Amino acid sequence: MSIDDIQHADSRDTTEGRVYTVTGGDWDEVLEEAARDERIVMNLGPQHPSTHGVLRLVLELEGESVTQARSVIGYLHTGIEKNCEYRTWTQGVTFVTRMDYLAPLFNETAYCLATEKLLGIEVPRRAQVIRVLLMELNRIGSHLVAIATGGMELGALTGMTNGFREREEVLHLLEWLTGLRMNHAFIRPGGVAQDLPDDYHEKITSFLKIMDSRLPGYDKLLTGQPIWRNRMAGVGVLPVDACLALGITGPILRSAGLAWDLRKVDPYLGYEEYSFEVPTSTDADCFARYVLRLEEIHQSLKIVKQALKKLEPGPVMVEDAKIAWPAQLTIGADGMGNSLNHVKKIMGQSMESLIHHFKLVTEGFAVPAGQVYVPIESPRGELGYHMVSDGGTRPLRVHVREPSFVNLQSMPAMCEGGMVADVIASVASIDPVMGGCDR
Amino acid sequence: MSPLPENETNPGAELEPTPQPGAPVAGRERRGMFGVHDAGDTTGFGGLRLPAYLPPRAERPYGGWFDEFVDELLAAMAERGIPTSAIRQVTIDRGEITLYVDRDHLVALCQALRDDAALRFELCSSVSGVDYGADVPDRLHSVYHLTSMTYRRRIRLEVAVDVDDAHVPSVVSVYPTADWHERETWDMFGIVYDGHPALTRILMPDDWDGHPQRKDYPLGGIPVEYKGAEIPPPDQRRAYS
Amino acid sequence: MGLEEKLPNGILLASVEKLVNWTRKSSLWPATFGLACCAIEMMTTGGPRYDLARFGMEVFRASPRQADLMIVAGRVSQKMAPVLRQIYDQMPEPRWVLAMGVCASSGGMFNNYAVVQGVDHVVPVDMYLPGCPPRPEMLMDAILKLHAKIMDEPLGPVRAAERLASGERTPMIPSSVKFAKKK
Repeated sequence: MSIDDIQHADSRDTTEGRVYTVTGGDWDEVLEEAARDERIVMNLGPQHPSTHGVLRLVLELEGESVTQARSVIGYLHTGIEKNCEYRTWTQGVTFVTRMDYLAPLFNETAYCLATEKLLGIEVPRRAQVIRVLLMELNRIGSHLVAIATGGMELGALTGMTNGFREREEVLHLLEWLTGLRMNHAFIRPGGVAQDLPDDYHEKITSFLKIMDSRLPGYDKLLTGQPIWRNRMAGVGVLPVDACLALGITGPILRSAGLAWDLRKVDPYLGYEEYSFEVPTSTDADCFARYVLRLEEIHQSLKIVKQALKKLEPGPVMVEDAKIAWPAQLTIGADGMGNSLNHVKKIMGQSMESLIHHFKLVTEGFAVPAGQVYVPIESPRGELGYHMVSDGGTRPLRVHVREPSFVNLQSMPAMCEGGMVADVIASVASIDPVMGGCDR
Repeated sequence: MSPLPENETNPGAELEPTPQPGAPVAGRERRGMFGVHDAGDTTGFGGLRLPAYLPPRAERPYGGWFDEFVDELLAAMAERGIPTSAIRQVTIDRGEITLYVDRDHLVALCQALRDDAALRFELCSSVSGVDYGADVPDRLHSVYHLTSMTYRRRIRLEVAVDVDDAHVPSVVSVYPTADWHERETWDMFGIVYDGHPALTRILMPDDWDGHPQRKDYPLGGIPVEYKGAEIPPPDQRRAYS
Repeated sequence: MGLEEKLPNGILLASVEKLVNWTRKSSLWPATFGLACCAIEMMTTGGPRYDLARFGMEVFRASPRQADLMIVAGRVSQKMAPVLRQIYDQMPEPRWVLAMGVCASSGGMFNNYAVVQGVDHVVPVDMYLPGCPPRPEMLMDAILKLHAKIMDEPLGPVRAAERLASGERTPMIPSSVKFAKKK
């Protein structure tokens, strides 16, 4: 209140001196005025250790409680969707894999499933099982990062080191299988880039043993811990009708009580043959989502075990030479390249192979015109690819319905009315990946 | 009405595609085999003229659950007074159904799809835009993917608007999740959603000019020096497609 | 501070310079500027397996005012570039910038409207690290090369002019060679 707002009391002169008429104000008015001055608008991010990536949160605070929360995204917008329009269908995999960088194999799989639906082909059985195997390994890695970074943001720093230690096991295994730790570009339209190396069975089995021995550590470190519970229980509640109105899918929807998992509801890649459970809860708070993610890691390990048994020898790429990505790759003196067998074949034995290799690598294959929408269950929710083809070798439009983008809309609903510290816990439980959110 | 046959080539004659009034055009017409126009044509396919792709109109019976769905939808529309002309075309392709919808009845149609007991499309999976190219009539399409969790079904609604009059009513009142989706489509394509609570840029900086994902917006990018040569950015290179 | 200019140019100043540089490189605190995929690899490098703490760098300061090294990890979009510059300006001297990954070094695979084609358009960069994303070992190698560069930094304008005149450059020896086990 400035000096001009002060109203002086009415006065009149009487025979006995000046008489002032003093009136009070309504207590509610006084409080409201005081409160209006005490509102702070605080900006969190985009560079902030606790906002899970380049997310900017603008909070209007009254004391410690949040009255309004808004998020600003777009700080990682890379124009991937537009870039895909200038690349062939196979090259698009390398772009799309960098969107949700914690679950790159899911992006690749959904893109390839959509391309294959447009082409009208079905990948061989072994490729399907390899895709499921890799996706579930990636799900384990992604959930570990969610728990680890959630822990770091709330202050549980050993949660972070533990999570990243387990994630190293996953990345080491993925590097053994696919060649890269992240952003693999391993899953291609038509199948998989190349077959798994020869001793994959021992490596995966030893990985499973290590994970089984280390996962109970999380229960000891975090789940039973009272501080962790108090920070997360009852925080960021989003009931199921709010979830559906806001289009939320994934662990948030399952924590609210609806067992909606696209692997069970709308199975793809043979998921109906695997026996696993979909963990659900009815608490709809951050702690329920954390417990759900931990349980999903266990279920993913179960699926990996089953996938390992299902792997039978066979081709990993479609037979159709006009689509199948040509080469088997090996490590040579100057890096990774076509295997000598393949080079011998195309240069010496088969003219058609040479032509196919050349056309596929330079021009790419043509996809009949039309559009499809293919959703899969990524660690964050429904990851959908809407791809439009006009009959050419490049997509006309690739639109990605990223779960992080949609789920982040629920942040104000979770945070308004709570405290600032709960904002961090809520955002950590939504687990947005800004690369996927902004694309 | 029988659909216009797609990809019909008439060698030696200029085939100008004449889409039926209201029929959606979903592609660019092709002239020549590769994208090369300015250099001399060594392909031999320079005279190739392919009309733009027109998604074919589906004929009854559609097969699968589509017949039942369209019957229920028409009944719901009749109940709510939405004229059947609101749906311009039904296309069934690759196991998915697409309804090309008139923009005036879009919100009412979405309300019917969400609330009617036999339809129950509770989840709006995605609202996005597609730009079909500068020489396509009604080139900006606003695409809605709806999911029915009760009946385990997915449909697609498409509204086609022209660049000069890119207004589509907003469905935020029916599906609040469309909020950020519509903001993104406005940002990237310039489709104005009438009735949206706060239609502002979401991915690009607030003062950005232009709508990046339109076909006439350049990809941007700078030439890259590689092994002595300078490679232009992807949209300016020779394209063999 | 100017104290180093008062010291006589000679062995004493050289030793002080070495000492100062050694203290700076041994506890180089990174500022968190993790943007995209490279940020995850940066976090992994700080994690238990590829431990950055053995180089004195485990403390990722959130506030740029307490940080020495800004590791720009990930693609910098047009919207993020002013923020990047602001964080850089808020860092006190001495400060170094490491562009981690191809997106930070040159725009990477994203040669388009939305990505700044190399953060050297926005901030001066001391070390470029290619990779998509670079392995944690590659990041450590880049940091160790940066340490070597820091060790050779001149103290004060007199020494800087001398160094410039002599044309001496720090040799960039790969860590696998430099720190290999002596046979």
